[in-house]
Amino acid sequence: MSHYRVTAVVNGDSVDFPCDAGETLLDALRDRLGLTGSKEGCASGDCGACSVMLDGRLVCSCLVLAAEAGGREIETIEGMADGNALHPLQRKFLDLGALQCGVCTPGFLVAAKALLDRDPDPTETDVRYWLAGNLCRCTGYDKIVRAVLETAEDMRGA
Amino acid sequence: MPPDLEFTRKTSFETVGARPARPDGNDKVTGRARYGADVSVAGMLVGKVLRSPHAHARIVSIDTSGAEAIEGVKAVATRDDFPDIAPDAAVEGEGEENMWDVARNVMARDKALYEGHAVAAVAATSAAVADRALKSIDVTWEVLPHVTDVDEAMRPGAPVLHEDMRTKGLENAPRAPSNVAEYLKIAMGDSEAGFAKADLVVERDFRTEAAHQGYIEPHACLATVSEDGLAELWCCTQGHYGVRAMCAAILGMELSSLRVTPSEIGGGFGGKTTVFLEPVALALSRKAGRPVKMTMSREEVFRGSGPTSSTSMSVRIGATGDGRLTACEATFRYQGGAFPGSPVSYGAVCGMAPYDCRDVTLHCYDVVANRPKAAAYRAPGAPMAAFAIESVLDEIAQKLGMDPIALRLKNAVREGKTSVYGPTFGPVGFVECLEAARDHANARAPLGPNQARGVAAGFWPNYGGQTSVTMNVATDGSVLLSLGTPDIGGSRASMCMMAAEELGIGYGTVKAIIADTHALGHNDTTGGSRVTHSAGMATIEAARQVIRIMKERAARIWDIDVDAVVWEAGRVRPSGPNAGDHEPMSFREMAALSARTGGPIAGHAEIDAEGAGASFAVHMTDLEVDPETGRVVVLRYLTVQDAGKAVHPDYVEGQYQGGAAQGVGWALNEEYVYDAEGRLRNPGFLDYRMPVASDLPMIDTAIVEVPNPGHPYGVRGVGETPIVPPLAAVGNAVSRAIGRRMTHVPMSPPRIVEALDG
Repeated sequence: MSHYRVTAVVNGDSVDFPCDAGETLLDALRDRLGLTGSKEGCASGDCGACSVMLDGRLVCSCLVLAAEAGGREIETIEGMADGNALHPLQRKFLDLGALQCGVCTPGFLVAAKALLDRDPDPTETDVRYWLAGNLCRCTGYDKIVRAVLETAEDMRGA
Repeated sequence: MPPDLEFTRKTSFETVGARPARPDGNDKVTGRARYGADVSVAGMLVGKVLRSPHAHARIVSIDTSGAEAIEGVKAVATRDDFPDIAPDAAVEGEGEENMWDVARNVMARDKALYEGHAVAAVAATSAAVADRALKSIDVTWEVLPHVTDVDEAMRPGAPVLHEDMRTKGLENAPRAPSNVAEYLKIAMGDSEAGFAKADLVVERDFRTEAAHQGYIEPHACLATVSEDGLAELWCCTQGHYGVRAMCAAILGMELSSLRVTPSEIGGGFGGKTTVFLEPVALALSRKAGRPVKMTMSREEVFRGSGPTSSTSMSVRIGATGDGRLTACEATFRYQGGAFPGSPVSYGAVCGMAPYDCRDVTLHCYDVVANRPKAAAYRAPGAPMAAFAIESVLDEIAQKLGMDPIALRLKNAVREGKTSVYGPTFGPVGFVECLEAARDHANARAPLGPNQARGVAAGFWPNYGGQTSVTMNVATDGSVLLSLGTPDIGGSRASMCMMAAEELGIGYGTVKAIIADTHALGHNDTTGGSRVTHSAGMATIEAARQVIRIMKERAARIWDIDVDAVVWEAGRVRPSGPNAGDHEPMSFREMAALSARTGGPIAGHAEIDAEGAGASFAVHMTDLEVDPETGRVVVLRYLTVQDAGKAVHPDYVEGQYQGGAAQGVGWALNEEYVYDAEGRLRNPGFLDYRMPVASDLPMIDTAIVEVPNPGHPYGVRGVGETPIVPPLAAVGNAVSRAIGRRMTHVPMSPPRIVEALDG
């Protein structure tokens, strides 16, 4: 199998890693860069646990080849907090108990931030359809949807 | 119950009942929390499993020489690498696990009993090499006839999975082998006499298809066996003591040679109470002399881990004209996959447990079929039986022109009543749940065309069990709790809250970890809704020990009798003027003095908790059915449940909402679909479609609190019961919306269209 050398920007840092031709961005993030916050729930783009931003676009990193990431900017859950200050979504998920086991949480947070970045005032239906690509088996989504709506409201007021 | 816990129960609380952020929260919203697949070590190999492509086949031979010859392959394991297990060996998992079965499920011996059954495994330097090695293993199969349907598996002449299986529990011991592992009759009173008193009898047959727990984190582990035979295992599990016991039994190890550390767990719902990869990873590591990491793909999770049973049920219930239930006779047939142990008897008793009906006969059949060995799934067995029973009750209410809640109120068990479940109930909150549902605004929401409301109840007995907890007091007055029960949905927060409550200190002062198997005595698995009850009780007991030690030390400092020292609001003080004039000392001051007053202060509790409080729930849902396509939209969903005392209401509500969502998914869509060859057709999240955010409305909750006298704070477990009523609540609503009784779960669009056309 042929190998590639990839140079990219991950969470603001420039990184350089080797990868195999068939390797996914998710595997490279987890196994080459040690960024295990993105999770593999299905490897088929159905669960959203591996959600990351690729040049500002929300993607399932299990469906992107690592070699495609060359020269691009990637944001993962590890880059969401500003130093020691949690992003308002992260804070709100904790305040409302919007997570149980927590394994889907990184994907939900990355996806929800992508929504609020493009639409600061989503309706409940907007939130539900935007997050329909992220599976959560613990919460029934109620507290997650509330957390996103409340964060949007807080951020608009800020 | 430990003697210390017998004194007056608390009824007013400082910390318990609040909604603080969980102690493990920051790690979980930043991606730092480490789950099963998130750990790597130097020199680690990748382990992979070869699985049977056949639903039922004899393994004539396995030739691994081709795989072993591949560069980078460091170990290959088959049945020959595992000792055969005595037929009666058993260890505790969620319930008692028969190790002959578990060992054969982990690695097939003479036969592959389902598609996806593990037959060999490799450890290699990369995933690609491991995949190539799997393809090079040559298995010679003798394909056998198979059976996946529960009713077909019970028929005479069906393909037999285990030639030595004779149905247990029959009056005349059968001589012929059968797929019915056991028959069990559970009865009280005289059901025929009860039917004689009935003005109305409703009888129906029901089916439910198998559903998977659907945890988002696939099974994963990392095993390291050293040259001296000592082993370490990191894995995602609901019970690392159970993992240790099962792995040790399968591999012939001493318990003290195997240290199991639980990772964070990405969901379990009962599915992570047993072992799949763990013994295989240990065997590979032992053989290769290197650490081995294994993770399941989602497809492997569906094909090779444990879903729940599919069922076939027949229920007959009689009632008087004014709605009093007079008798129930029901037959429950649950297939539990390739090995015995389906949760049929749990289901049977849970279905009728909420009702004060004296004449009940339940026939239970535990059936094997060529499917993956069923694992526990949230209130194992109960949702299916509740679907059948609660559907018949709904039909009785319709035929009598009664409100479905009024019918249930008329027959609800209360304190002092006995149902077929067995024990006489203490204070229980079923009536309160029914009343809260009746009085909720959702009960009066207007309904449009093709819309209807469905109501159903659910019961789970809850459990206590063995728990071991250590509470260490640091010299600055902060407290560290070591727990042995994996935190699957916020239990660390609940334990810290109960510790803070008991010690009279701030919640933020208490931290909790989940310790490994070497650090604490045995802990039963996180399951059966036992942790908040049992680990909570042990935490409170450990805190009371700390208080006792502090009182003894204060007595020594003040040179007074220990009985003259009082613990109050997180401080020690003399009991009165006669005890001397001493300034009270705070928890923090006592902690700071520990080095000079006798050394470290720690509390321990090793308990086998009894007194679990029975749990009841009532669900009410409004939905709309599209009569052309059969598509169902859930408009409103209400869950009402007795929590005894909600320690952290956010996480109690979360259990109610999550269980309801799982149940709605099962009711409407989720299903193991098999083809004619006995192969699973939908082993992925695209085709095994669990509810997503846009499929559901907000899920309303009402927490009823009827304190459980068996717990010092009145706590009842809350995790299992929320999945018991939804199949029936949804089924009753769909049936009312379309005017036909739905009897087959899931009620997917084609089944609804079929019912409408039929």
